[in-house]
Amino acid sequence: MKEKHGYAAAFRAVFKYTLPVMAGYIFLGTTYGILMRTSGYPVWLPVVTALIIYTGSMEFLMVGILASAFNPAAAFATAVMVGARHLFYGISLLGTYQNMGAKKFYLIYTTSDETFSIVYTTPIPDGIDKGKAYLIISLLDQIYWVGGALIGTLFGGLITFDTTGLDFVMTAMFVVILLSQWVKDGTALKTMVQDHISELVGILGSMLCLIVFGPDHFIIPAMVVIFAALTLLRPVLDPAYPKGEKKAQRSAPVQEEKR
Amino acid sequence: MTPLQQVITVAVVVAGTVLTRFLPYVLFPEGRAVPPFMTYLGKVLAPAVFGLLVVYCLRHVSVLRGTHGIPELISIGVVVALYAWKRGMILPMLGGTLCYMLLVQFIF
Repeated sequence: MKEKHGYAAAFRAVFKYTLPVMAGYIFLGTTYGILMRTSGYPVWLPVVTALIIYTGSMEFLMVGILASAFNPAAAFATAVMVGARHLFYGISLLGTYQNMGAKKFYLIYTTSDETFSIVYTTPIPDGIDKGKAYLIISLLDQIYWVGGALIGTLFGGLITFDTTGLDFVMTAMFVVILLSQWVKDGTALKTMVQDHISELVGILGSMLCLIVFGPDHFIIPAMVVIFAALTLLRPVLDPAYPKGEKKAQRSAPVQEEKR
Repeated sequence: MTPLQQVITVAVVVAGTVLTRFLPYVLFPEGRAVPPFMTYLGKVLAPAVFGLLVVYCLRHVSVLRGTHGIPELISIGVVVALYAWKRGMILPMLGGTLCYMLLVQFIF
């Protein structure tokens, strides 16, 4: 019984869910390591930045930032803007990461796009310690990423086959994650739009912002649009939305006692 | 940049990234009731973010120039078809990626 709550059992339960991340991270991490090395940086830099920054998009930007004039304020602002989507991950995992004790710091620190997606969508079987399972997912993902950077920085020159298009593996992964979320929210054709308002807001809002703001500056506007749309749609989407909340607060103390 | 300046730059980037990751947990610490609005957002944001991430991955694809996004469209079609057929994660990813690599290396 004790064994079932241990790390070994948690590893067996979740390892397979990290395989897609393994494929994507080792490839992208290797690409990052190669890029850093061919840009003339020391061997350790891609590995250390992969470990402590641990945000792929920001790390690729580092290649250019470290080569330009020293401007820590701009670097900080860029990191906050590129990382802004983590705010959404944190809000989505507030409940999931409750009561995690000492693990919580590491779990939050390593919430990458991929780790967030896997943690959010992976069902942890009964009897398996959730905290341990999430820790294993987060740790494995980080090992894949740092391992990829290490492979790239050490052996990048040895790769001889044409890897053009291999980066599509990350796109494919997010398409699958979106699909599994879509199926989870319902498969009936009749209620397709109602069941998937969140997904549609995300896809259409992001596409709109991509067209208006271009590929380098659309994330923050897209987040604002998504946030605004979901806020406006709350009366429709939230079954717990207190109807006429404001009125109740002002004039009916009876309602207040319910809280 | 000097090595010291590079170290400082890496440090501020880490600080900025950490800030975005920890802020929600700092604003809504355990033990205090999370406002219902945030609980609601916690439920509906993720599906929207998955949509955003797919669009983000495809942000450099132009419908008007280059290959017009045709390899991407076909490969995503393969991913969707394989997912509808088998529901796993690995098969659709491998199939879609292989299809994409073949398309961009040999056809487009």
